[in-house]
Amino acid sequence: MTATAEETTAEVGREIGKDRRRKEDQRLITGRTRWTDNIQLNGMLHVAMVRSPFAHATITSIDTTAAKAAENVVGVYTGKDLEATQGVCINAWPITKDQVAPTHTPVAIDRATFAGEIVAVVVARSAAAARDASELVDVEYAELPAALDLKEAAADTVLAHPDLGTNKSAYWVFDSSEAGTGGDVEEAIAAARAGGIVIEREYRQQRLIPAFMEPRSVVVDPTGEQITMWSATQIPHILRFALAATTGVPESKIRVIAPDVGGGFGGKLQTTPEEWIVWDLARRLGKPVKYTETRSESLMAAHHGRDQWQKLTLAATADGTVTGLKVDLLADMGSHISLVGGGVPVLGAFMFNAIYKFPAYRFACQTVLTNKTWTDAYRGAGRPEATFAIERIMDELAVEVGVDPLVIREQNWIKHEEFPFTTVCGMQYDSGNYEAATEKAKQIFGYDALRAEQQERRARKDRVQLGIGVSTFTEMCGLAPSRVLGSLDYGAGGWEYASVRMLATGKVEVITGASAHGQGHETAFSQIVADRLGVPFEDVEVLHGDTQVAHKGLDTYGSRSLVVGGEALVRAADKVIEKAKPLAAHLLEASVDDIEFGNGRLTVRGTDKGLALTELALATFASHNYPEGMEPGLDADSTYDPVNFSFPHGTHLCAMEIDTETGEAKMRKYTCVDDIGNIINPLIVAGQVHGGLVQGIAQALWEEAVFDDSGTLVSGSFVDYLLPTAADTISFDIAHTTSPATSNSLGTKGVGEAGTIASTPAVVNAVVDAIRQFGVNDVVMPCTPERVWNAIQSGGSSEGAAQ
Amino acid sequence: MIPAKFDYLAPTTVADALAALAEHGDEAKLMAGGQSLLPVLRLRLNAPEVVIDLGRIEGLSGIREDGDVLVIGALTTHDEVVNSDLVKTHAAVLAKAAAQVADPQVRHRGTLGGALAHADPAGDLGAPILALGATLVIEGAGGSRTVAADDFFVDLFETAVGEDEVLTEIRIPKHTGWGAHYEKFVRIKHQWPIVGIAATVRMNGDTIAEARIGLTNMGSTPLRARSVEGNLAGSPATEEAVGAATAGVADGTNPPSDLNGAADYRKHLARVLTRRAVLKAAGR
Repeated sequence: MTATAEETTAEVGREIGKDRRRKEDQRLITGRTRWTDNIQLNGMLHVAMVRSPFAHATITSIDTTAAKAAENVVGVYTGKDLEATQGVCINAWPITKDQVAPTHTPVAIDRATFAGEIVAVVVARSAAAARDASELVDVEYAELPAALDLKEAAADTVLAHPDLGTNKSAYWVFDSSEAGTGGDVEEAIAAARAGGIVIEREYRQQRLIPAFMEPRSVVVDPTGEQITMWSATQIPHILRFALAATTGVPESKIRVIAPDVGGGFGGKLQTTPEEWIVWDLARRLGKPVKYTETRSESLMAAHHGRDQWQKLTLAATADGTVTGLKVDLLADMGSHISLVGGGVPVLGAFMFNAIYKFPAYRFACQTVLTNKTWTDAYRGAGRPEATFAIERIMDELAVEVGVDPLVIREQNWIKHEEFPFTTVCGMQYDSGNYEAATEKAKQIFGYDALRAEQQERRARKDRVQLGIGVSTFTEMCGLAPSRVLGSLDYGAGGWEYASVRMLATGKVEVITGASAHGQGHETAFSQIVADRLGVPFEDVEVLHGDTQVAHKGLDTYGSRSLVVGGEALVRAADKVIEKAKPLAAHLLEASVDDIEFGNGRLTVRGTDKGLALTELALATFASHNYPEGMEPGLDADSTYDPVNFSFPHGTHLCAMEIDTETGEAKMRKYTCVDDIGNIINPLIVAGQVHGGLVQGIAQALWEEAVFDDSGTLVSGSFVDYLLPTAADTISFDIAHTTSPATSNSLGTKGVGEAGTIASTPAVVNAVVDAIRQFGVNDVVMPCTPERVWNAIQSGGSSEGAAQ
Repeated sequence: MIPAKFDYLAPTTVADALAALAEHGDEAKLMAGGQSLLPVLRLRLNAPEVVIDLGRIEGLSGIREDGDVLVIGALTTHDEVVNSDLVKTHAAVLAKAAAQVADPQVRHRGTLGGALAHADPAGDLGAPILALGATLVIEGAGGSRTVAADDFFVDLFETAVGEDEVLTEIRIPKHTGWGAHYEKFVRIKHQWPIVGIAATVRMNGDTIAEARIGLTNMGSTPLRARSVEGNLAGSPATEEAVGAATAGVADGTNPPSDLNGAADYRKHLARVLTRRAVLKAAGR
């Protein structure tokens, strides 16, 4: 590297946009770090759970005698034993005033409502002793009919909770004509039936398992003044609040720590029975208690995601301009309405119109209780479901009109010059350029050449047929403006907190309330602060995840950390500079109006006099000389509540090769051009995009949580729940266009969920495109070789999901 | 994922292993590479009182020639099989199948003998062993005996190895110069095969002189497709001829139905994949 280049690297403004390798990776990858399960405390006890093998059963008796007598067992507790102290698991988002929700006790008391529900707990001096003794707990059950099929459950044929009298939890509607944001969808459909196109489809969003790498783990230490809980959670702050709210312990007596957390994908956006149980046991026994789930338990009892039936009616003019969209959803909540489970389909409600200018829209969702594992957020939460459905049906519209799927999209999308644009849902999209992203994607993908090859293979009836799938997606990120959340009856706000501490030795500590679980906040946030304050990247330490360090925060989910937390950080850093100016003026004997900040230095305008910000930090540590009326210290904090969501978008193109003899679907090429606004760290973004794509592709091709007729999870291990690895994917072509968000000063939009949201429909559209020539218009996800082959054989949709 | 308590024995000779087996009977379980046994223990699907680890016994691993026979020690890892020039030269279909077992970690720990003795019908190695007409050497208190591969696989997870015996060697007649292919059909790479086809052929010009076909996961044991082998002998190595010769490969099989496919779909796959495997083995 030349001397010039080195100087350039040291320049302020150089960190943002740089491919920094992640600070946190060495410890995360080697495992030499503080995972919850690594925590060992004096006298610590261990818990094993006894779980119901039945989806629905009355607990007729529990005999704990043998377990209690087993070696090294400290105690065995049933739901009845813990009834007075265990508290309840909360639902923070009752989506309607009359939402029906069963009480969610951590340990079931007299009835088990899904296979995997905890019915008793064993505490022992070692994890092995607890596990051994758990097999000695003798539970007698009287099996009850179980509500398993979503559609049947919605008809109340069998009740998941007989005492509630219905499985229907909440019916939530958004209607553009009622909201005043658009026209009447029934009128649009009627008009289209008379002289246009009406397409009706029903799509299945299969149930998925988040399958984070680190199984959930919780440790509670009740000794001392504060009760400390370590948990492998995405949401230490919400967890602390919920513990205080449900167990009667003052919030000030509770410290929650999310140490390094190994992934979540929404699966750790939860307040869990296991956390409440360990909390109760530790307080009851006066000793530290730990529980770490097995992978089997994790797959069975950590919350699942998706699981919807989506009925769509699309009305369009004869030339393919959409005039209205009606959506009727059934969403499987599982056995309980979990933390934000009911809200997941609602998060999708504003996204079915996607990037398009639909004049009329109606969304109605029925959430339904069943005797399956409860569901909640999973990467994208509501938005992948919506994006899948609309991008699938836009392809159907293109077929109906007889044009290329990109043509039908362009005909309907919001033009670049129309931004900012208020959608039929009342959302204001601040920026975007669908034309640019699409054009770039087509070029990189080689769209025209692949279309030509597709025609050629079709013409010669090649055994391997090519399909091309399109997904032009958008999403709402940066959850969320608190007032909007309030209007949706969500139980919390959407602000974020940050603090910047200037240490005497010139180092900078940054506190964020957005607790990372693998995203790379420590690196990206260091880059932001390094640029903002003109200090070296290495000198910035990002702290998070401990409610005694980051006392405020709303944690990490919904692609919010950078968009909301990053903005809070910028504002805190700017306050530091403003605080430093009078001190610099005082020490430099200049007027504060003449103090300028740049390159980490506060200088007197027009002179070579100046002091580094870090020197001023040291000066405030000594505080021997500072202006009258100023408090010593430069530290500052900020709580930022966003005024709008951010709206990343992108064009994803996928080519799939279908072996028509076996039904095998093999990815040939995948190109995505994502507009996520300004990029802080391209390397981290690439990682998020790659991982996100694979997760979305996995929904299209591989993953499904399958229950048998008695409600037992059949895909209960990674033998049957097919998680892909790097060996199953190809190299993706990823690129970007940039329309900076206008809602935050960094111009960022969020990227944590984009790949997952966009890729699923791109893949399925490609699969269907390859075999539409055989009369196929849908393949149910995951598109297994067998399903694809059956679809080809029968010349229709597989398993009757579509008409 | 904590196994139930068990005692652990690590004999250093086959005789000691046999003595331990004699003492503990059906309470004991032999462990070779442990890649199938350990998950079973950790999931508590089985809880033997004693685990006898064969890993410390000298001489149970390694690959050597014995005249017209290739001798592979039971504790030879999949990775050693994959990379062995002897295996690649004289039993290529085995090397090709072993290369597709699970993932690299498993291939470095798992052993040929362990996999065969475990007798999972979805295991990749039974089919090539059948196709190659191997002989398995089993040691017991009364000395050693040999069993033909055809007689080795008895049922689901059941082999000719008695409760008081140890599989020690796999003896494979050399198939030098035979073309080989293992066609493994999976949805994700580290999965057990939905169907697997082991094919090895001796070519005479453009004609298949001899063919050997083993089937994975088409019944409760790995299967050998003898009638197809007969049809293929003397057949030209063309798509049409091989397709016709292999069309009946699924006749009489009883494959499972599961999340990856119904039995009928597996039968269809077996027909398609056998044709492909034979053509690839024939270099087409």
